[in-house]
Amino acid sequence: GAAGSGGAMQPPAASPDPAAPAGTELLRWQWREVQGPCLVAAWILVASLAKIVFHLSRKVTSIVPESCLLILLGLGLGGIVLAVAKKAEYQLEPNMFFLFLLPPIVLDSGYFMPSRLFFDNIGAILTYAVVGTLWNSFTTGTALWGLHQAGLMADPGVEAGLMDFLLFGSLISAVDPVAVLAVFEEVHVNETLFIIVFGESLLNDAVTVVLYKVFNSFVELGPAHIRVTDYVKGVASFFLVSLGGTAVGLLFAFLLALITRFTKRVRIIEPLFVFLLAYVAYLAAEMVSLSSILAVTFCGICCKKYVEANISQKSRTTVKYTMKTLASSSETIIFMFLGISAVDTSKWAWDTALVLGTLFFILLFRAVGVVLQTCVLNRFRLIPLDRIDQVVMSYGGLRGAVAFALVILLDRAKVKAKDYFVATTIVVVFFTVIVQGLTIKPLVKWLKVKRSDHHKPTLNEELHEHAFDHILAAVEDIVGHHGYHYWRDKWEQFDKKYLSQLLMRKSAYRLRDEIWDVYYKLNIRDAISFVDQGGHVLSAAKLALPSMPSRTSMSESSVTNLLRESGSGACLDLQVIDTVRSRRDREDAAMHHVLRGSLYKPRRRYKASYSRHFISPDKQERQDKEIFRQNMKRRLETFKSTKHNVCSSKSKARLKEKGRKKASLPWPS
Amino acid sequence: ALQVVVPQELTSHHLSAPPTVTSEQIEHLHRRFKQLSRDQLTIRKENFDSIPDLEFNPIRGKIVHAFFDKRNLRQESEGLADEINFEDFLTIMSYFRPIEMNMDEEQLDRFRKEKLKFLFHMYDSDHDGKITLQEYRNVVEELLSGNPHLEKESARSIADGAMMEAASICVGQMGPDQVYEGITFEDFLKMWQGIDIETKMHVRFLTMETIAHCY
Repeated sequence: GAAGSGGAMQPPAASPDPAAPAGTELLRWQWREVQGPCLVAAWILVASLAKIVFHLSRKVTSIVPESCLLILLGLGLGGIVLAVAKKAEYQLEPNMFFLFLLPPIVLDSGYFMPSRLFFDNIGAILTYAVVGTLWNSFTTGTALWGLHQAGLMADPGVEAGLMDFLLFGSLISAVDPVAVLAVFEEVHVNETLFIIVFGESLLNDAVTVVLYKVFNSFVELGPAHIRVTDYVKGVASFFLVSLGGTAVGLLFAFLLALITRFTKRVRIIEPLFVFLLAYVAYLAAEMVSLSSILAVTFCGICCKKYVEANISQKSRTTVKYTMKTLASSSETIIFMFLGISAVDTSKWAWDTALVLGTLFFILLFRAVGVVLQTCVLNRFRLIPLDRIDQVVMSYGGLRGAVAFALVILLDRAKVKAKDYFVATTIVVVFFTVIVQGLTIKPLVKWLKVKRSDHHKPTLNEELHEHAFDHILAAVEDIVGHHGYHYWRDKWEQFDKKYLSQLLMRKSAYRLRDEIWDVYYKLNIRDAISFVDQGGHVLSAAKLALPSMPSRTSMSESSVTNLLRESGSGACLDLQVIDTVRSRRDREDAAMHHVLRGSLYKPRRRYKASYSRHFISPDKQERQDKEIFRQNMKRRLETFKSTKHNVCSSKSKARLKEKGRKKASLPWPS
Repeated sequence: ALQVVVPQELTSHHLSAPPTVTSEQIEHLHRRFKQLSRDQLTIRKENFDSIPDLEFNPIRGKIVHAFFDKRNLRQESEGLADEINFEDFLTIMSYFRPIEMNMDEEQLDRFRKEKLKFLFHMYDSDHDGKITLQEYRNVVEELLSGNPHLEKESARSIADGAMMEAASICVGQMGPDQVYEGITFEDFLKMWQGIDIETKMHVRFLTMETIAHCY
């Protein structure tokens, strides 16, 4: 920065008349004006640089999850700041956390949530989120209160009644989405397990919010003044908060999808709409004290399908990368600040029994809760959750920054034991993130948990998934049972008929089909790889084979002409492939008809950058054309390994309706 | 009293898994059967037309067909039966029973093969033990018939692409003289390796009320 150079700054003592202007200054120290943003930028920079440093050592990052390293870094930095400035300057402010740091992470999770998997497991997720969190809060709070009553909490400062402990129980028992994501991302358990734990961490927000508020107000009222109506209100508010939050999310998803339908002319700001509306959803829910996490989650989940259909490819990429960047940076900052905030001992008060008790109870009650719920759930689930899954689920219930922010928000006047709670929360969060984060990978390996295998769905798999849904829906219809597939089918029909028409751009709506998407992507991929492999193979001359009989009048002359005219090496249009023909064989005659038709007719619809012959296909030979279409493609993949070959004569029987594939398309090697 | 002869397939002798169709479920299915057959002893293909929701299903033809396919009915002969009785109905339903937690490897494998065999028979309409290109095309066309904007041509291309993919999975690199005739059952098994069908292919019988929306 521009430190005041001697000539520009006037020391007050030297100036006889302070009011007189000192003359124009060349440079000024403007720290105060830029302090806020400067600090923010500086911290983000430090955190990001630290990330680079961490990843320099692969060995470390494969053992220690990033979140651990960041927390420890924060601890270190906080210590330095403490030592230098003699007081803890920087903290994780709850406001900043809830308004700026949390929304990007939740949006990112919601938007990229595999919705099919999510809704398939929604029963389990809801059970764990609602019942599980309730169970955890009540049991932990009560157990701690029991400890207190038993006089085990040595420190007399821990002045807390049942309500205070229940309040503490409610904020410490919620599984944290940030922490779960940070740790599970590196562990790669199978999708079902991941989605259950992660879905739970997102959806339990409603429960946490309600419990926190209810118990907070109970604590303020004082235990003597609580009436039955307050309990009833508490229960009612749960439904209101959760359903209301979801409704807000759905509303904004609808708006977002609708808006993106009309953004054709303003492509540049398309990504902005996605972020803006999701953020407004968050704020709107916060404004009415509904569950904002639920709002953003459902907004992301529901809008994705329509938004992705409507916006341009570049916008899609932009949205994806921006979301990931924002979420990743938020996560980094959160963990670092958790570390830094821990250093401020003025906010702490240590009580061993409370800390140890809390740690023990949250682990114990989570395990018990998971086991009990799984027992019940397994009777209804398609895929039962076995013991190993239960272990991972219990162990993966990490607490994180949300608990910390909530505890800081407590009012010390009302909750006298706040400092003890703060210290306990810090220890719990550190323990779960560091110890559990470190050990979960070896645990998963040791237990041989089924890992995820990420592979892009093949065309066949997509087809069969499709077929499956229909088959099962049909069987359910036949049996007369309105089961899962029935409702799913009904929803798909509704969506196709009304929602998609309303929310998707016309051009996108027409071709909306998963099978189609996979097919299209495969086509593009093949075309690209073909070009990579040397599209010049297609230049006309090489395709002539020595033993080939003379070509008679066919359109392939026009093809070869075209080829010579275009002159370009790479020609992606696969029917430009000139092939052998032998007059004897019907299939050879058919071969050239491939040239007439389009190999990948569907391509016509897209703005592909390759040309097409505009030769009208002969309807008669369509059958054979198709046969060779595939041959062509297959040959493309193997052309390097095939040898010069004449098309062997096959019997005409082969060309019957059954349409079997032919061998031998000669290729120059 | 319900006079039902539980087909052998559903008793523990034939199945390597204990019966998972309880007597309640059998009763429920029987009620449904009676509804569909209009109190006759057998069901014919036409009876399936009375199920309203089934109409919208793009592959209803194949499903109904599968109920009458003699191969699925575990009869030695080939071809289609004209009518099926309750025992046959239960036999078909047994393909959709859920997985049991205490099944061992071998049972699971048999379980899986059975289900896949059912699917295979559905696709292989001419009963020759192979899914040829034309048959595959039929399947895809039917599947995509629900989408009015996809033409038959596109469906065909997709089927062709899928067939090609299947060939490359099952046979790998093919020499220039090789012909890929069709998907045999072994190839079919290979294609489905990645998908755990045992858990996906089942219909839950959670509620026992017969939903009377047939007529």
